[in-house]
Order: sequence, then structure tokens, then C-alpha cells
Amino acid sequence: MTGDPLFADGFDWVVLAILVAKAVIGFTIVVVGVIFMIWFERKVVADMQNRIGPNRAGRWGLGQTLADGIKLIFKEDLKPDRADKPVFRLAPYLSVVPAFLTFTIVPIGGVFTGGNDGGVELFGRRTWMQVADPPVGVLFLLAMSSIAVYGIMLAGWSSGSKYPLLGSVRATAQMVSYEAALGLSVVAVVLLSGSLSTHDIVAAQAGSIFDWNVIATAAVPFVVFCVAATAELNRPPFDLVEAEQELVGGFHTEYSSIRFGMFYLAEFMNTITMSAIIVTLFLGGPAGPVLFGPPLIWGTLWFTLKLLVFLFIFVWLRATLPRYRYDQLMDLGWKRLIPLSLGWLLVIGAISIGRDAGWNRPLTLVGAFSLGVISWAALIGAMRVAKLRRGGDEFGELSTATERVG
Amino acid sequence: MIAQNIAFAILALVATLAALRVVTTRNVVHAALYLVVVLASVGALYVLLAAEFVAAVQILIYIGAIVVLFLFGIMLTRATIGVESDLDNDQRWIAAITGLFLLGVLTFVLVESFGDDQLPGLAGVSREELTAQRGTGAVGDAIFSTYLVPFEVISVLLLAALVGAIVLARRD
Amino acid sequence: MAEFLRAYLTVAVFAGAAGLLVALLSTLGWAVRPSRPSRQKSIAYESGVDPAGTDFGQSQVRYYIFALLFVLFDVEAVYIFPWALRLEGYGVFGLVEMGVFIVILALGLVYAWRKGVLRWV
Repeated sequence: MTGDPLFADGFDWVVLAILVAKAVIGFTIVVVGVIFMIWFERKVVADMQNRIGPNRAGRWGLGQTLADGIKLIFKEDLKPDRADKPVFRLAPYLSVVPAFLTFTIVPIGGVFTGGNDGGVELFGRRTWMQVADPPVGVLFLLAMSSIAVYGIMLAGWSSGSKYPLLGSVRATAQMVSYEAALGLSVVAVVLLSGSLSTHDIVAAQAGSIFDWNVIATAAVPFVVFCVAATAELNRPPFDLVEAEQELVGGFHTEYSSIRFGMFYLAEFMNTITMSAIIVTLFLGGPAGPVLFGPPLIWGTLWFTLKLLVFLFIFVWLRATLPRYRYDQLMDLGWKRLIPLSLGWLLVIGAISIGRDAGWNRPLTLVGAFSLGVISWAALIGAMRVAKLRRGGDEFGELSTATERVG
Repeated sequence: MIAQNIAFAILALVATLAALRVVTTRNVVHAALYLVVVLASVGALYVLLAAEFVAAVQILIYIGAIVVLFLFGIMLTRATIGVESDLDNDQRWIAAITGLFLLGVLTFVLVESFGDDQLPGLAGVSREELTAQRGTGAVGDAIFSTYLVPFEVISVLLLAALVGAIVLARRD
Repeated sequence: MAEFLRAYLTVAVFAGAAGLLVALLSTLGWAVRPSRPSRQKSIAYESGVDPAGTDFGQSQVRYYIFALLFVLFDVEAVYIFPWALRLEGYGVFGLVEMGVFIVILALGLVYAWRKGVLRWV
């Protein structure tokens, strides 16, 4: 595990300039990306609902986000008189800053095949195409998403109003629940790559498409991660946090003016960074075939393409799926995703050890799988027996709410 | 080394001031937030020592889970906004004496066990060496060799904590 | 400054820039927006009627259980990450040890499940 070659030798003005340049570039990408994403979401959802969507501000309504932002800046800022003012002002910062920081660990390009380490030449120095590469990359991601909880929690509490408080309590419970699933599903990736750094994880997937973690981990952690990420982002179908019919606007009901704009910005920023993280962890990041010309451009191109696919999927989900109920949400998180990712982790561990020890591969697979099935069946059986013995539905935990209703 | 010392001074100052605010502020939620500042500064101090894994754990567990649990408990029960009058009680002098005593004991223990020992500096050490010595993998190696039994005991401890909490919080 | 810390310097610069963006936008808003406060505007929103009762509504404690369970699984994840990094070195021994660890903690989840605290009705 090596670090960014930029920092390997001394620290001079050139290095500092590159560092600042990288920060500026990353910053610009995120901000421009957000402006694009808000327009994209509105346009695509409009298309799916047979509407036209924004079409006044600029060509194809491209300037809509900017127009909205400028409008929000000129709006009066209201604070409820019972609000906790300092915390009320602090909350937008806690939402936006982690959203930005998560993007630092995403490699947005670089060549990793043929003995290359993904570095590019800049002012005669080699550096990597990501803002920073902390050796604990994946844990950094989890740490940032746990700080993002504070923004929403404090925004709701400090408003001194009931709807925001309810919204933020819901949001916090939801976000911490799915953060557990998120963390446990990444472990499979770490296990295969043997590193926590996002650069190394991308480098480990550089070979063929079969090295991509989505295939190497047999898709289960990928699915768990995507579902957990959607819930972590509070995006539909998991947007109970701001369920309009129940909570008006959820945690940001009392926010107005540009302060509200911050939360709006952070939400879309998180969507972009989370898609980028999914691409990095599971889909090889910039990996892809070089068709013609310089390979460097193709890396960034493939990365952008994969990113766009995920952004589209997030919008698609929003336009298609109805919102989950809270009990369904918690059931999915705690009773499905967490046990699934824990069990799958052991299976992956067994397979990877078996491969090193030269065990018979199909046999390992079948053995691990049947062990999993047996323990799952034993668990279900034990609970059924307990339920029968108690009589009645008191422990009828296995039937989901829908089954009970239906 | 100078940059590190300056960073240490700033972080230590922030942590101390925030810690003072934890006990002097008159709102429980603000106290919890100042506690977050203290914990985050300590996390940053771990980064300065190149103990990144510990720093990440500090943020993940203490800030991301435990203080969230505190705040959650406060928000669900008595999260009144504004000054609360019944936070202080009249044992503050006893508390101050106990605090000073604890400070004395900790200082004594630290000086006694480490004395003039110095941590190896980070300057000139490559990232590979640092990761090998103090990285996440090194922590794993320690857990799965020297501290194997404590590691398994922790799982039982966590289980006991969970069962206890559920027994306390259940409706019936 | 050591090589190791420079990567974090970048993170700090980035965090500073992000905070600055929020501060700039807020200041800009403060500078240009109108301010015509009135009694009505500063009342908390409750669907158009005057707010009832105090400023906060007590919620159910069952939310708390999930935060509690999260602490448990967060601690578990923290032990799993170093294990996953070095699993190849530990071999079968590591797998069995972690299996025991996970099963013991999964018992906690099963207990919560069976006691009905995960049920949300």
C-alpha cells in the first residue's frame, strides 16, 4: 500500500499549488454536478410523468437551478421564535460539509491497467486523480455519513416545532439503522481488496470485468449497499424523513431562504457522491476498455458514464416507487439486510480462504451455502416453534406487516 | 515536527475549552454538542499520531453512535429548548475536588509509566512503514494474536449490554 | 510535515472550502434579503393553526432501541474491518474466531427480534 506519490518527497510550493488545484477542481465538479443533477432529476421525472419540466430558464431549462438559487438568496429568512438559534444556524453546515468531504476519496479517473498506478503528471509531479487518499478510506466514508446524521437531527430539534422534531427523530433512527447495513456490506469489498483505501480498491478491480467487486462478491453486498445507500440518502422510496403528507417537510419545515437551499444542495450532493462511491467500490471506478486515443480520457469517461447510470436509477426510483412504511423500512433494515450481509461476509471469507488453501472450490461454495441455509432454517424453525408454543401472534415477527394485513 | 506541535496545541486548546463548556453550559443538548467537539478534537489528535484507525473508530463509535444515542435519549424525553434551571446541584465543590483528584491520579500514572519516553516521529517515515506499524492491519494482528480472548469476551459483553437494554426498554 | 499528514491536509483544505461556501452563501443572503419580521412569521408551523402545547412533542421510546442496536453493530463493524483486511493471513483460525463473534452478536439481534422490539406497530 503506497500513498499518493505527490506527497512522497518534500513539500514545496508546487505540491501546495497542486493540492489547492485539486481541491478547487473537486469542489467545482461537485458544485457543477449538483447544479446539473437538480436539473436532470426535474427533467427526467417530468418526462416520466408526461410533463415538460423546467423549460424557461436558459436552453432546455438548464439554468433553472441557478435561477432557483438566486431566488432563494433574495427570500426573507424566517426563524421560529422558539428555535435554538445557534444550533439552527449550525445545522446546514453539518449537512453540507460531510457531503463535500465524502467526494474527496473518490478517484475520478486514471489508468490502472498495464502496471500503471493510476497517477497523472501535473506540473512535472505525479499525483492521483482523487483529492485525498486516506489509508482508512472506507472508514472515512462511514465516519462522514455518521456526521451527516447530525445535520438532520439538529435541524429538526433546533426548530422548536413538532413536525421537524418528528421528522428528525425518524430520520436519525432510519439513518443509523441503514448505516449499520452500509458498513457491514462494504466489508466484503475490503476483504477481497485487502485494503481500506479507495485507490487500492479501484486498483484491485482494474483487470477484467470479473474483477469488479459487483461480480467478485456475487452481487449480494452490492444490492445491500445500494438499498442502504438509498435509505441513507433519504431518497425515495425511503424518504419518510420528509413525507409531505405526514410531516409537511420533515426536518426542514421551519427552514426558509438560502438556509433551506443548503439542505436541498446537500441532499443532491449526497446523491452524487454516493453514486460515485458505489461506482468506486463495486463497479471498478474508472475501469473500462480503451477504444482509441489516450487511455487517460477513457478512464474519466467510463467513470462519468457509470455515475450517470446510477444518477438516472436514483431518479427512476423516485418516479416509480411508492414510499415505504416505517415498519417495512425497519423490517427491511434489521431483519433482512443486516443478517444477510453478516452471513454473506462469512461465506465470502470461507470462499477466499478456501481458494488460498486450495480447497475444492465448488465443494466450498456448496458447503458454505448449505451451512447458511441450514442455520437460517434453524432460526426460522426455532421462532416458529416459539410462536406456536406461546400461541397467538405475539411473536409473529416473521410475517411482514403486509402479510398480516392481507 | 513544528507543524504537528502547532496542530497539537490548537486541538488541545479546542478540546479543553469545549470540555469546560460541556460542564458549564445550561442546556443539555448544547452540552452534548460540546462533547462532540471534544471527541472530534481527540480524534484529530489520533490522526496526528498516525493512529488513523483509532481516529476513525473515535468518530464512528463515539460521535456517530454514542453521542447520537445520548441526543436521541434527550430528544425523546426532555429536549426543551433554552436554559434549564435544574441542571446544577449543590455538590459542585465535591465534584470539583473529585475531578482534581482524578486529574492528579491520571497525571501521576502517565508520568510514572512513560516518563520521558518519546513517540517515534513521523518525519521521514514513509506511508508504507507507518501503515505496517500503526495501520488498521496492525490493529487486526494484535486483536487476533495477543488480545484474542478479550476480543471474544467483548462479544459476550456487548450481548449482555443489549439484553439488559432491551429488558429495561421493553413495554411489558 | 510528515508524508502521512499531508493527505489529511488536503481533506482539511477541502472541508474549509466547503464551510466557506456555506458561510459565503449565508452572508450573501443576509446582505441582500429583506427583513420584515412580524409576530405571525415567527410562530412555528403547524398546518396553519396556532401551535398547541409546548415546543416539543414526546416521541415513542422505541426509536431509542434502534439507536442502541446501532451502537452494538457499529462496535461489531469496527472489529470486523481489521479482520477483513488480514483474513488471508489468519486463515481458517480467523474465520472460525470471527464466526463465533458474529454468531454471539447475532444472538443479540435474534433476542431483540423475538422479544418483539424490532416490531413496529
